[in-house]
Amino acid sequence: MLKPKGLLFDVTLCIGCGACYDGCKQKNNLPKTNQNFLSDHLSANTFTVVEQYGNNYARKLCMHCDEPSCVSVCPVGAFSKSKTGAVLYDGNKCIGCRYCMQACPHKVPRYEWGKTQPRVRKCNMCDDRIKDGKITACAEACPTEATLYGDMDKLIEIAKKRIKENKRNYYPHIYGLHEAGGSHVLILSPVPFEQLGYTPNLPKEPMPMLTMRAMEKIPPVVGVGGIFLGGMYWLTKRKNQIAKEENESIKDLEKHEN
Amino acid sequence: MKTDTLLKFTFWRVIAVVIIVAGIVSTYYRFTKGLGATTNLSDAVPWGFWIGFDFLGVGLAAAGFTIAATVHIFNIHRFEPIVRPAILTAFIGYSLVIGLLVVDLGRPENFWHPLVMWNIHSVMFEITWCIICYTTVLILEFAPVVLEKFNLKAPVKLLKKISIPIVIAGVLFSTLHQSSFGSLYLIVPGRLHQLWYSSLLPVHFYISCIAAGLSMIIFESYLNTRAFNTGLRLKILSKLSVVVVIVLVVEFLLKITDLLLSGKFNYLVTSSMETSLFYLEIIVGTIMPVIILGSKKNRENKSWLFIASVCVICGFILNRMNVSITGMVSSSGVNYFPSFDEISITFMLVVFAMIAFRLVVQYFPVFTYSEEKVIEENGIAETKKLITGE
Ligand code: SF4
Ligand code: SF4
Ligand code: SF4
Repeated sequence: MLKPKGLLFDVTLCIGCGACYDGCKQKNNLPKTNQNFLSDHLSANTFTVVEQYGNNYARKLCMHCDEPSCVSVCPVGAFSKSKTGAVLYDGNKCIGCRYCMQACPHKVPRYEWGKTQPRVRKCNMCDDRIKDGKITACAEACPTEATLYGDMDKLIEIAKKRIKENKRNYYPHIYGLHEAGGSHVLILSPVPFEQLGYTPNLPKEPMPMLTMRAMEKIPPVVGVGGIFLGGMYWLTKRKNQIAKEENESIKDLEKHEN
Repeated sequence: MKTDTLLKFTFWRVIAVVIIVAGIVSTYYRFTKGLGATTNLSDAVPWGFWIGFDFLGVGLAAAGFTIAATVHIFNIHRFEPIVRPAILTAFIGYSLVIGLLVVDLGRPENFWHPLVMWNIHSVMFEITWCIICYTTVLILEFAPVVLEKFNLKAPVKLLKKISIPIVIAGVLFSTLHQSSFGSLYLIVPGRLHQLWYSSLLPVHFYISCIAAGLSMIIFESYLNTRAFNTGLRLKILSKLSVVVVIVLVVEFLLKITDLLLSGKFNYLVTSSMETSLFYLEIIVGTIMPVIILGSKKNRENKSWLFIASVCVICGFILNRMNVSITGMVSSSGVNYFPSFDEISITFMLVVFAMIAFRLVVQYFPVFTYSEEKVIEENGIAETKKLITGE
């Protein structure tokens, strides 16, 4: 059995060389989208970027959430969570409603707006490579181990150790461990994460729970609603009938009196 | 006089033709060039005007289930004369929405996938199914009108027999998807502006669609009286407007309590585009109609009824557009305005819907009840007749 895998990205180790960016493009056969990789942004042809914030470089890519919004909202189940933890997309199922793009708390999925048969595009954690026993292309390309690929439990251990042993260099938080219910991409940083453009204030609770709480009410609404409506029909009908019968008896009485 | 009306007619016809031609051209481009080339949608704004418009179409068609329930479930037969127009409105509204959804989908050829590929955790999945089921219900509810016209008695009899379960199913499906349109946004607390985001969004959507749907009936009846002179009795509409006021007040109180309880008072007193739009929505859609309809004299006046219904509808449109477009602007960081093609395709579908409504009304008995007949249908009148033994 495959153990849950993930990526650990450490801002303090990143030198902003763009090797992950190039590695990802190559692995996924993506065309060049920008002269300068540092000013590129996620798009249908770019699954990961390296952004510069002063002396710090921050990678952006799909977080591969534990309970992904994209999986939960897709009406046709085009997204799925694989055993390794990667969140995968099946373009053959997709109807193109773009709810996944709207719902993702990290604003990751991108669309092929220019095509007549567009797909949603995003990082798939190099699922094919992993199934072949390799590591992700970006982790392989990284010269400094700023991007580490491995078993989730090991990565969490490493992250905790780094923060503990080097309190001065790290902001004491592992981004992604609990954000939006936790994810398979973990990030370490020397500064608060919103300064590096990571979505702040995400709830610890998985986002799909927000929808679940409403969806849960559907069966009782249908059950109680159905009984209520049926009951009301019966009641009001009877009431009308009784009123009618009473009227008829009045009529009869009147007839007799005449 | 005659040439005047003739001119007026041709004027509107010309406009309709222009809109349709533009719409067809836009539709052609939409399908041959893709969404990127023809819309202003982008990765930052994946949902735009079309989704907002879907909300409007479905919301304004809400009278279909409210009136059907009032008459057939609660047996308040006073409203019987407006059942058919309400159902027709709903059916045409839903057809429009389905048409627009197909245009909006990135892969329209896959529109049938939700039928066989299920994800029961998805609100979108639930909405898709409810819309399909409810449209079927509407067809069944309207079928007798068509069948009667062609004198097919057997199927009408059958439909009458199962009419109550059909109406109940219709009410349930409507309740679910009307509210689920609000549930769509539950998962985006960080994106939708706090003035509109609420865990009660589905409830707000549900209640507000009832007021809007009923106002739509008043609105249509007014226009229809002018066009065909077979319109509805003022009395029914003024009773209906009382219901509208009650629903509006309930929704208003719920909304304010919800805002205050969730500690969002500060959003009401900051000056921002969102706050202004929020106030506009409340003033036009709630306060103005409640003031107008609060007076009995106005409720019995055709023009005031009409004006109030227009207010409610405008407020409703503002609300749905605020949730789907303006409430998202500040988080997306992109100013979105629909493109020409987005607008022209939508307008084309609206013109189609209007033509369809007119044609059906012209050839089928939709607005059937003349004054006397209404009295006959009216329970009280019947009782009187019985009492006096006529
Ligand atoms: S980051 Fe977004 S796209 Fe990636 S798994 Fe989470 S919800 Fe899905
Ligand atoms: S766009 Fe495709 S993948 Fe995304 S939610 Fe819609 S159907 Fe699913
Ligand atoms: S895991 Fe693979 S697809 Fe994802 S960013 Fe790295 S190289 Fe690209």
